[in-house]
Amino acid sequence: MRKYLLPLAVFVLVAIFLWRGLFLNPQEVPSPLIGKSIPEFSLPKLQEENSVVTSETFLGKVWVLNVFASWCTPCLDEHPMLMELASQNRVMIVGLNYKDGFQSAADWLGKHGNPYSAVAVDIDGLVGMDFGVYGVPETFLIDKSGVIRYKKIGPLSSTEIQDELLPLVESLQ
Amino acid sequence: MTKKFFLSTAWLFFLSLSSISNAQPSSDLSADFQEKVKSISAELRCLVCQNQTIADSNASLAIDLRNQVSRMLRQGKSEQEIKRYMVERYGDFVLYDPPVKWQTWALWFGPFLLLVLAIAFLVSSQLKRRAEPDSDFNPANREDLRALLRGDKDQL
Amino acid sequence: MIPEIGHFSIILALWVSVAQTLICFGGAVRSSPRLIAFPRYSSYVIFLLTLAGFCCLATSFLVDDFSVLNVASNSNSQLPWPYKLAASWGSHEGSLLLWVLMLSGWMSAVSLFSKQMPDEMRSLILGVMSAIAIGFYLFMLLTSNPFDRLLPPAVDGRDLNPLLQDPGMVIHPPMLYMGYVGFSVVFAFAIGALISGKLDSTWARWSRPWTTAAWCFLTVGIALGSWWAYYELGWGGWWFWDPVENASFMPWLCGTALIHSLSVTEKRGSFKIWTVLLSIITFSLSLLGTFLVRSGVLTSVHAFATDPERGVFILGFLIVVIGASLLLFAWRAPKVGLGGNFNFISRESALLANNVLLVVAAASVLLGTLYPLFLDAMGLGKISVGPPYFDAIFFPLMAPAMFLMGIGPVLRWKNAKTLELATKLKWAFAISLVSAIIVPILMGGWSVFVSIGLLLGFWIVVSGLVNLLEQIRRIRMGSERTIFQVINSLPRSYYGMLVAHFGVAVFIFGVTLVKGYEEERDVKLAVGGSVELSGYRFSLASLDDLIGPNYNGIKGTVFVHGADGKLVSTLYPEKRFYHVQSMPMTEAAIDTGFFRDLYVSLGEALEDGSWVVRVYLKPFVDWIWGGAFLMALGGLLAISDKKYRSKRRSVPNQATVSS
Repeated sequence: MRKYLLPLAVFVLVAIFLWRGLFLNPQEVPSPLIGKSIPEFSLPKLQEENSVVTSETFLGKVWVLNVFASWCTPCLDEHPMLMELASQNRVMIVGLNYKDGFQSAADWLGKHGNPYSAVAVDIDGLVGMDFGVYGVPETFLIDKSGVIRYKKIGPLSSTEIQDELLPLVESLQ
Repeated sequence: MTKKFFLSTAWLFFLSLSSISNAQPSSDLSADFQEKVKSISAELRCLVCQNQTIADSNASLAIDLRNQVSRMLRQGKSEQEIKRYMVERYGDFVLYDPPVKWQTWALWFGPFLLLVLAIAFLVSSQLKRRAEPDSDFNPANREDLRALLRGDKDQL
Repeated sequence: MIPEIGHFSIILALWVSVAQTLICFGGAVRSSPRLIAFPRYSSYVIFLLTLAGFCCLATSFLVDDFSVLNVASNSNSQLPWPYKLAASWGSHEGSLLLWVLMLSGWMSAVSLFSKQMPDEMRSLILGVMSAIAIGFYLFMLLTSNPFDRLLPPAVDGRDLNPLLQDPGMVIHPPMLYMGYVGFSVVFAFAIGALISGKLDSTWARWSRPWTTAAWCFLTVGIALGSWWAYYELGWGGWWFWDPVENASFMPWLCGTALIHSLSVTEKRGSFKIWTVLLSIITFSLSLLGTFLVRSGVLTSVHAFATDPERGVFILGFLIVVIGASLLLFAWRAPKVGLGGNFNFISRESALLANNVLLVVAAASVLLGTLYPLFLDAMGLGKISVGPPYFDAIFFPLMAPAMFLMGIGPVLRWKNAKTLELATKLKWAFAISLVSAIIVPILMGGWSVFVSIGLLLGFWIVVSGLVNLLEQIRRIRMGSERTIFQVINSLPRSYYGMLVAHFGVAVFIFGVTLVKGYEEERDVKLAVGGSVELSGYRFSLASLDDLIGPNYNGIKGTVFVHGADGKLVSTLYPEKRFYHVQSMPMTEAAIDTGFFRDLYVSLGEALEDGSWVVRVYLKPFVDWIWGGAFLMALGGLLAISDKKYRSKRRSVPNQATVSS
């Protein structure tokens, strides 16, 4: 009788999803901000104590916002890629120094190199919260009208820069 | 959210930089308030550790988010507004109580539907069987007969 | 050398399992007596070989052999020796070895205790179990070998996860696995029945004690896990609906449905197809649990280090075992037959309703656990499904089942009268209702939720007592025995049911009262400070340095005084810092009481030397695990019923029997 096939049918359905699930990453949290404007903010600029970096500073340009901290180890992994990207002068990179200190950030950049056109200092992490940051490093690509187009969670690899980030930059320029 | 507000809160929290942890045990605030913070935090997922609520987790992000909940409550925001704030930034993933949207209809209505279907199936198959005579004489029934004749334990 | 011996033993065990499987299924076909006798002895051999393998691994841990990768990854020279032993099953590879040890153990037990079983039946059962074992041995040998060497050897190990360095954590996995694996016995029975086309109440009688035993272990395993989470994790929670917790709870729910269904099949010959299906489903859920923990498909605090390659293997194994058994079910179920009829109001229908509720509950838990995966796989975004969902769905489903627990035992088999039922139980209901309304008021605050919970709890207890009194009265009326003799004459399985149901009531009381009346305070305390909670005063008297075998930290001394000023208890919460894994751990300090727990844990240190301290009052929280242990005790009583033991003697007594 066909009704006895029902348990098997249910199992097959579940198994298909489990199979699919093996190739997904359940820990990655996609950003709900893609396609939305960046949140308003105004933060002190590193090494230029009297200046601020605001959400409007870079309007009209395509730019990358990289969230980093001196205490963050994976940030060190992606740093050479960022230096490389900065030297190519194809897109402006702005740093968001997250839950760090002015001095430690300055020292870290002095030691490892500074790929950033400007660094906004987010001491308490509240601006990061507005960006939906939950770990470091994270990288956003923002278009000329201030809309977030891309978010990378974790350190950027050179493949990702080549295959995902730069083509998108080109299309937005 | 004015620029001024951000600057002043940034400054206030700059002061707390020096503490080893910026946990804010609100012993100065009422127990009711703590309850409220806790109950809202208990429904929000810690994105870093991922299997704890932000009420339970001691991750730095969890502490920040707890403080944010606390801050928003003090501003008079409702639970709905606080949750919406979190979802705007972190997506539905941050809610342990899944919202009811078309994507989650199967989740919320599934169990009830399943129950109804199961009952319907059983009732219909019982009715169908009632139509047939009870022809299944089982040797086990013989023991029941014996027990009945002995007059004890027939209902155990 | 020893790891290689262990490795070799496992390889041998695999081959003997292959031989056993082939012979069992081949022998069943050919009906050769010698072939049919083989599996009994090969089962013992498989067990001994696996035990040898396990002992080799344990020895490697105990002697600190860091040339074994598993030892280097999970142990450390400073680890106290009981935890070194526990570390042998603390990793993915080691836990698989434990799984397979238990499987071969249960297989040997079936072999040992099945002398009266027809040979073909035993053969089929042992064949199915060894087939499952093949899958696990292969999985271990191909992807997760606990005996892999690390060359050059590590100087010292990476230590066992501090969370696992605890007595509760040591027993919890073995108990759980005994449960999961134990359900393979009734699964094998079911497959055997489908293949042979024979399913009658004797089948049910044979498989019932095995199933109940597995259920007892699983109950204890889950209870221990919950209790451990409570005292170890530091914030007083005891159930999180975490995916791996759910993975153990689903087989438990279906296992509970199964033991009830089996009782009907045994006594009435009904529910046959349903019982077979439940046997398959329960064990399938055990296997699914194994998959979920190890594949990385779901995030969980419990998950082992994940590896998609392993996930693919287990999923393949799952598809083969579960797919084949459900296919067999679809094909052969009709042969098994339907069993006797019964009325809408009868004990059978009450048990059927209970089964439906339990299975729908299990399905709902599965739905909630896998739903984030469903949505993600379909590209519909990521959501989280947590306690708010599960609590909202689970309790409404279980409440009617709890209500039925009072009615079921009182109903007649096959055909019961509603009026008779109402007469017997009206006083039980009245007493329960009154108690449910009064107690919350006594506790200090009335709420609907608490009252409903208490109503269900009292209902189960009082209706159980009513049932017992009625049984005693009925038997006494028919004979000249004393009350004591009558009580003695009631079968143990009956008392098993009463105790287990009583355990459920105790559990319900615990959950309801702790959720309704627990209190918590999070405060900043310096030495000399104190905090008040519900009439108790917690004073932090001192903070001292703490040095342990593989950790150091801070130990606080907290005095707890009652409302009358008298010292109730002195508690020593600790914050430990384990050297090797650089992991901070909270050791909560609990004053365990029959009616309440007082719970103190150290949170974070603050710059001025004070600490964030959490204090809790948890009324009746230990009733949660007490209830669970009572349930397991009830199961144990049921298994020890003499009807499972004295079969041989009773057979010649019945002159006209044809078994």
